[in-house]
Order: sequence, then structure tokens, then C-alpha cells
Amino acid sequence: MLEIRNLNKRYGEKQALNSVSFSIDGKEAVGFLGINGAGKSTTMNILTGCISASDGDVLIDGIDILTEPLKAKEKIGYLPEQPPLYLDMIVYEYLSFIYNLKKVKKNPKIQKTKKEYLEEIMNLVGIKDVQSRMIRNLSKGYRQRVGLAQALIGEPDILILDEPTVGLDPAQMIEIRTLIRSLAKTKTVLLSSHILSEVQAVCDRIIILHQGRIVADGKTDELADKVSNQLQISMEIEGNPKNILETIKKIPLVQKVQQEEGMGYNIYLAQNCTDSTPVRRTLFKTLGQAGCTILSMSKKNMNLEDIFLQLTSGEEIELLQKRNEEEQESEKKSCCPKTNQEEGE
Amino acid sequence: MTAIYKREMRSYLTSPVGYVFLAVFFAISGYYFFATSLVSNSTDMSYVFSNLFSIVIFLVPILTMRLFSEERRQKTEQALFTAPVRFTGIVFGKFFACLTMYLLGISIILVYLLVLSAFRLPDLAVFFGNFLGLFLLGAALCAIGIFISSLTESQVIAAVGSMAVGLFLLFANSFTPVVSNAAVSKVMDSISFYQHYLDFTRGLLNLSDLTFFVSIVALFLFLTVRHLEHRRVS
Repeated sequence: MLEIRNLNKRYGEKQALNSVSFSIDGKEAVGFLGINGAGKSTTMNILTGCISASDGDVLIDGIDILTEPLKAKEKIGYLPEQPPLYLDMIVYEYLSFIYNLKKVKKNPKIQKTKKEYLEEIMNLVGIKDVQSRMIRNLSKGYRQRVGLAQALIGEPDILILDEPTVGLDPAQMIEIRTLIRSLAKTKTVLLSSHILSEVQAVCDRIIILHQGRIVADGKTDELADKVSNQLQISMEIEGNPKNILETIKKIPLVQKVQQEEGMGYNIYLAQNCTDSTPVRRTLFKTLGQAGCTILSMSKKNMNLEDIFLQLTSGEEIELLQKRNEEEQESEKKSCCPKTNQEEGE
Repeated sequence: MTAIYKREMRSYLTSPVGYVFLAVFFAISGYYFFATSLVSNSTDMSYVFSNLFSIVIFLVPILTMRLFSEERRQKTEQALFTAPVRFTGIVFGKFFACLTMYLLGISIILVYLLVLSAFRLPDLAVFFGNFLGLFLLGAALCAIGIFISSLTESQVIAAVGSMAVGLFLLFANSFTPVVSNAAVSKVMDSISFYQHYLDFTRGLLNLSDLTFFVSIVALFLFLTVRHLEHRRVS
């Protein structure tokens, strides 16, 4: 459905994208994660034909967006970070303009009349009640919904959404997320977001971009495995902390114990331990014999936030160090001529 | 192209821009018609046209200044660039909408013709020659304005830039006495709108003048399309 091969984009000397390759075969929701400037919006703009890549190929359902842009664009619905809304138009008029712009009348997939079709779209995103209002008078949440409606017009096979829930209240966020999930059953959805929990809730697969490169690509669970193989157990234990720590440390395959706030303990198992069940069983028996009461015990999985931070933090530190070095060098350079001038004087 | 044309026409007719253009144009042309034809009891409308020749340079940028710069500033151009429409369709849609508004403005002169016809029919060849010349001049200025609007996010810069280029091209021949180089002088003479407009005012339909204005329109619309493509690549 969507294939990207060795995508590169340079802005002058800055390499915004560096050999980005991925493909989405079926109808699924894929999340695009990355810190600011990672290249998410650039990739999305290239996918939609808004800007072109310096190098590499983008195939939409086998159609190259560079050689056959019109055919490829018919298959894409795009909601940019800032919805492309004409503030001087009323909502229905604007959607009618997009309907005409996308030549939906000629689309054989759509049999309904223009009015019926636009009403269906408006109902879907919940903007029917504001259809006769000027866009400039709408709240940010409604504007975002109108932007989503324009992306949906024309029954595109691929929906590309750049931060679709920005500006929405919590109830609207849940509604839109539910809508995106339902859309993902019939379409390929690629969405970017800064809200990690949102990506985790909506997407089947996650692609993490960092400094223009893909640093991770896969399902959330798979990513956790890739990032860290170390198993963890989280416990709440009532009893003497010193006694508890000593008891746990004696258990085979336990590598490290960390005392958390209150009665919380975090237990790290050895790298070669692939199943935590025997260790949990031993913990239950041993702590019971030592007179400690176990209030709760669970396997601790890495959440998306942990994965994201682990994948981006190392390089981020390198980047900061590099920037600092560059700044120091430029400061030295700017100081030198002044010194020479002073010497001359 | 039709969708963009309709949207731009709607935008002109629902915002003050279109009405300001029409009102100012009607007021100025009405004044010249009154002062040069009605007061002097003359059916010769050449004075009206010769005055409007320099007035349109300042009025056409009102129509063109927001066409691309506003799209760029509001980021609405993303809707156009990601839709299955060619850049030529986008540019032509905007150009024809702008030209329609201009035509609506200058069509008031046809009303003046009707008024004069009640007394005595003016020389129609001279009148329509002038009218065609004014129309082509406006078309060329629309194309120039659209190109300059595509270069910037600021409507003010787009308007002032269009006026400056329009003024230069209109009166390029007036600089020739101070240019010592014969080749440069000849080029300035040949690109002057005034030189190519003269024959129209005499009621002559000169093919080279017609081609000149059509070429200017084609050149600047082509440059606009190329600039949009260049922005997509860079």
C-alpha cells in the first residue's frame, strides 16, 4: 500500500532525512514518533507530494508519487499539523470546495450526491452542527475536525495525520482516537503525535524517527524486547526493608533490587533469565517464610515512554555535546579577530 | 482549475478586496469620463483610456497581492499542493479569477460608451482598440502580480513589488534617452508596455503588440508554475 525506499532530504547542508525506508502493507494504524526536528513532518510532506525528496522513492499502491503525482495523490488524505482552512469560508462551503478540488464527482467509488456525501463526512467527524458557521469563528477543536473532514473527502486509501488531536479537549480526543481506530480497519493510517500514550492506544505499529533516521520500527511489545531483554518485577511488600532487601538478593537470578517510594520494590533479573515465573514463585515462598507480607507482585513491561526515551536519549546527549563543541569553536573564532584588533590598537 | 477559480471569485465577492477595487476603479474612470468627455462635449474617449493606462498599475496589485502570499502565510497551500491538481491548474484558476474581476472593472467603460452613443456614436475602432489594449495590459499586470505574490508571504511586499515592476515595464522607454548603450536602449524600448499600447489607442490591431502582451502573460504564469515547482523541490 505504502512503500518508502531510501528517502533522503537535505535543506542546504542539513540532512533532514537519512535513508528512511519502511513499508505498510495492509490496513493498519502506524504511529510516527520523534522529538521536534526528527523529520516526521518532512516525511509526511514528502509522502503527500507537498515537497519532494532529494533522493529515494515513494510508492503509493505501486504508483510513484514523483512520476504520476495526480494518480498517487488521489489515494491520499492529508491533515497537516496546521489544518489548511480558509478562515473566510463557512464549513460546508469549504468542504464543498475540497470536494470539487479532489474531483470526487468523477470518483466511481462514491455514488452519493455531493450533499449526501458531505453530510455523511460531517456526521462522521461531528461537525454537522457547525456546518453553516464561518471557520474563523470555530474553536481549535472544531477546526481540527474540519481539517480531518477535508482529509477524509474522496475516500482515500491512505490517511496521513500530523498530530490530529492537538487542541482537542479530553472527550474529543477519545472520540477522534476511536474514529481513527475505526478508520484504520478500512484504510492505512499513518499518524504522528507527541502524545506517546495516544500512539500506544491508537496504533498497531510504531516507527520512531530520530535525527532523520528510523531508530525503531515494530509493534510496541517487539520494540520493548529489542530495547531491553532484562526482565523486571514490581512488588509492594510490607515488612522491615533491610530484611526484605537481603532476602530478595539471596534469590538466584535476581541481579538487582531497588527500593521505590513507600513499600514499592523493583527487582531486575539476570540477562540470561527469559521467564520470570519461577523467580516470582520463589519470591512468594521466601518472603512469606521471612515474615514479610506481599501486597502486590507483577511483571513490569516497558511502556512506550521508556522505549522512546531509551532510543532517543543516547544520541540526544551526543548531539548536545556536538552542539556545545560547535558553539565553543564559533565563540573562539569570533573572539580571535577582536583580540587581533586590540593588539593592533 | 474550476474549483480554484470559483473559490477565488467567491473570495473577491465576499471580502472587501473586490469591492474596493471596483469602487476605486469606477470612481476614477467616472471622474475622467466626466472631465474629458462629458464636460468638453467630446465623443473621443482616448483621454479616458490614456489616464486609465497608468491608473491600472496601482489597482491591479490590489487583486493579485493576496493570491499566493496569503495561501503561504495561512498554510492553506498544502490543501492545494496535496490535491490531485497540477500547478498549472492552480495558477490558471487564480489568474482567470483575477482577470474576471479586472474585466468586471473595465466593463464600466462600455456603459460610458452607451451614454455617449445617446448623443453621437464614437469611433468604434478606436474605442475597441483602446479597450482591447487596456484589457491586455491588465492581463499582463495580473500575471506579473501573481508571480510576485508567489515569491513572498507578505501581501504588502507583493503589492509594492507588483507596482514597481509594472511601473518599470510601463515606462521603460522613458529611460532610453539617458542610456548610452544602443543595445540596452533598444531592449528597454521593446519591453515598454507604452510602446506596444500606442497602436491600440489608434484603433490598430497590430499582431506584434498582441503577441507581446500574450507572451508577457504566458511568461509570468510559466515563471509562477516554475517557482512553485522549485519550492516543492528545495
